[in-house]
Amino acid sequence: MSDDALNAGAAFRVRPYLLTGGRTRSVVDLPIEALVRSTPMGHRALENLSHERRDIVSLCAEPQSVAEISARLNIHLQVARVLVGDLVQAEQVAIHTASTDTTTRRPDLQLLEKVLDGLQAL
Amino acid sequence: MSNPIPVKIVVAGGFAVGKTTFVTSISDIDPLTTEAAMTKVSEGVDNLGDALGKKSTTVAMDFGRVALSEELILYLFGTPGQDRFHFMWDELVRGAIGACVVVDTSRVEDCFAAVDYMERSGVPFIVAINAFDGMLRHHPEDVREALDIPAHVPVVVTDCRHRAAVRDTLVALVRHAMMMAHQPA
Repeated sequence: MSDDALNAGAAFRVRPYLLTGGRTRSVVDLPIEALVRSTPMGHRALENLSHERRDIVSLCAEPQSVAEISARLNIHLQVARVLVGDLVQAEQVAIHTASTDTTTRRPDLQLLEKVLDGLQAL
Repeated sequence: MSNPIPVKIVVAGGFAVGKTTFVTSISDIDPLTTEAAMTKVSEGVDNLGDALGKKSTTVAMDFGRVALSEELILYLFGTPGQDRFHFMWDELVRGAIGACVVVDTSRVEDCFAAVDYMERSGVPFIVAINAFDGMLRHHPEDVREALDIPAHVPVVVTDCRHRAAVRDTLVALVRHAMMMAHQPA
């Protein structure tokens, strides 16, 4: 990463969290790779949503990760997470995550086998 | 309409070692960049007031996306290179299948931090030596010795610019993760 990439955010030191009313934490636990998909309720509410929330619901007609929402809408990861959390609570988007092993908290064997099959077919 | 499931692999290593090239070689999309504010947020600040007045930096992470099937999407996240961004690594390795630590044999020492981090975090990882056009300056076992890699951790040779080589590296990691899942360390 270049220094330019590092400095690019400097002008937005405070502003990102204006979008979230100052909140820096999401109401739901959202891994960076969690897939977000808008719900029929979200689509119906589209016209009444504020800009960023509307953008997220529109973008997630096709499932997108939290990281993609942040990248494509050019908002900080933490901000994307707070906004998505709000939309989850309002049932305007749904979240899909991997099935994990209860002890390791990592993808379970069954899922790993599917990943292996998928990679080998590439 | 079925719901796709996301999985994640971390691509770590020293600064400018080829992590983004690795991701680009296999990603379905041009790699994207997500930026995270490096405030004390990760330590539990829960209102704007606490974040004000603190010097904050932005850390950028490149990532790619590979559709493995209609219901399985693999995300590949490159770690930010500098040590001071290790707070972000915690987030990246959480729930990850595992990590590939990319090594440039001309500067093996650059990946010490990544190897050390992965060992301590307990995430399954492999070491992938980036050989440009098959040029390997050091034997993999020499690299293992130099980096003090435990015997159970695979050390493989890859070429970050070639899709097939990257795929094989990911296959090696997933196999290793499966073995670790059978016999947790």
